[in-house]
Amino acid sequence: MKDIKAKILSNKKVSHAYYNMSLDAPYIARAAKPGQFVQIKCSDSMEPLLRRPFSIHRLKAKGSRLEGIEILYEVVGKGTKSLSKKREGEFLDVMGPLGSGFSLHRPLSLEPRAIIIAGGIGAAPLVYLAEELKKNKIKTIVLIGAKTKGFILCEKDFKKVTSEVYVSTDDGTYGCKGFVSKLFRKILKTTESKFETVVYVCGPAGMLRCIADICRERNFECQESMEEKMACGIGACLGCVVETKSGNKLVCKDGPVFDAKELIW
Amino acid sequence: MTRLKVKIGKIKLKNPVMAASGTFGYAKEFEELVHLGEIGAIITKTITLNPRQGNFMPRICETSAGMLNAIGLQNEGIDDFIKEKMPYLSKIGSPIIVSMSGNNIDEFFILARRLDKVKNISGIELNISCPNIKSKGLVAQDAKETYEVVKAVRKVTNKTIITKLSPNVTDIVEIAESAESAGSDAVSLVNTFLGMAIDIDTRKSKLSNITGGLSGPCIKPIAVRMVYEVSKNINIPVIGIGGIMNSDDAIEFMLAGAAAIQVGTANFIEPGICGKIVKGIEAYLKKHKIEKIEDIVGNLKI
Repeated sequence: MKDIKAKILSNKKVSHAYYNMSLDAPYIARAAKPGQFVQIKCSDSMEPLLRRPFSIHRLKAKGSRLEGIEILYEVVGKGTKSLSKKREGEFLDVMGPLGSGFSLHRPLSLEPRAIIIAGGIGAAPLVYLAEELKKNKIKTIVLIGAKTKGFILCEKDFKKVTSEVYVSTDDGTYGCKGFVSKLFRKILKTTESKFETVVYVCGPAGMLRCIADICRERNFECQESMEEKMACGIGACLGCVVETKSGNKLVCKDGPVFDAKELIW
Repeated sequence: MTRLKVKIGKIKLKNPVMAASGTFGYAKEFEELVHLGEIGAIITKTITLNPRQGNFMPRICETSAGMLNAIGLQNEGIDDFIKEKMPYLSKIGSPIIVSMSGNNIDEFFILARRLDKVKNISGIELNISCPNIKSKGLVAQDAKETYEVVKAVRKVTNKTIITKLSPNVTDIVEIAESAESAGSDAVSLVNTFLGMAIDIDTRKSKLSNITGGLSGPCIKPIAVRMVYEVSKNINIPVIGIGGIMNSDDAIEFMLAGAAAIQVGTANFIEPGICGKIVKGIEAYLKKHKIEKIEDIVGNLKI
């Protein structure tokens, strides 16, 4: 990890309150793993004071050279509002890559299959993950959940990686109606089970819990990326603990990705 | 850099910039980001006799130009500290000051007696002012209790004792005087201010502990005033703490009477800030043709 001054290569609105920013950060891109995050100082003033954590959305390459990273963020408060106003060419303090990230490889008896489940802005770290899974030639199914049609994120990005992308919206305006956990159950019914399945999830807490329950029933490995407010991002302040079967763990350092079996809900 | 040297009790520091307890972990967290040896002294996260789980989440919340925290002294206890943390801390090359806290005088006594025997610990900071643990009041809110705790610790150690004071008192000078008369080598001030923030939609406190400790630039003017008042009235060194974000802030504290300073919340925002502050102080001394750092301590024009 390093704390660098990164030039903003672009900062564009994707839809509604969602933005995509790309940063000139070759070191971070080279060192990164899917599921890791960066801490960004969103303003030079004392308002907001603390950095904000953003998961690495994908790596940015120019030819064969890794140029930097992209973050996908939703404007929800002072930090992200300030970030959304930053222009191309400006510099930001960016620290990373931080945290543990997803684990892709494990000894398997059967053919591996990944199921990625993205809830809302939880899609952010999963695009990078999907791209890495593709590189590793792992069969991947993607489920995207959103409140309504306009809030669906990264459908196109996921489709570039796999043909199996399914969407659910809470109000039924696009894809399957209902929560993504319902879609997950449906998909499991209709797909073969000759695979060794690993489920990768990021989204709201309620969704993480539901998916974890389903995975427990099926005895699937389930890796969940948690979100928490942070001060330092490197394990010093102890502000972002999560209770696990082996005691308090830090979302910033031990996580943000945890084995769902370890979490105490 | 010799003009930056300071002495606190028996500890010789190459510069007056220390990393404050609770904001720098056990230093290892920062190893990839910071040249740890350039920090004047490192004060560890507070340790206690037995492991502590700390408070429930949420533990932190940002406020205007500051933050509230209610971590609740989560730590693995002194045995783990000596076994697991000290070997790394010993290698850093900066003086290591161990922050410790007890539930009662006996615990302070036992902790100090054990730390006294550990090589490579330069000093002890008595955290008698953490606002986030359930008890009737803080030791640092009572002059007599402060005296007794410092006295008990003084009996079992010759290492430098720094007593960390709470700003949540009517008269901080009275408490500082107590610490001095009980044999403390220095006082550090201030710990966090008791504060609170409410989410008006859920009508819940933004912290599970309801209240928390306020830190950051928003507390600086009050902390500077307290350092000024305390340093005028005692003869041991005062270490200034409270919202220091840059070298200008550090110099302000020193002019108010601080012999050294601690950087807290700023470590979260910029891990390399201590080193930057050291360079900034040096540039200030050069610019104003000041030979040694002591010459600015308490050198306020009135």
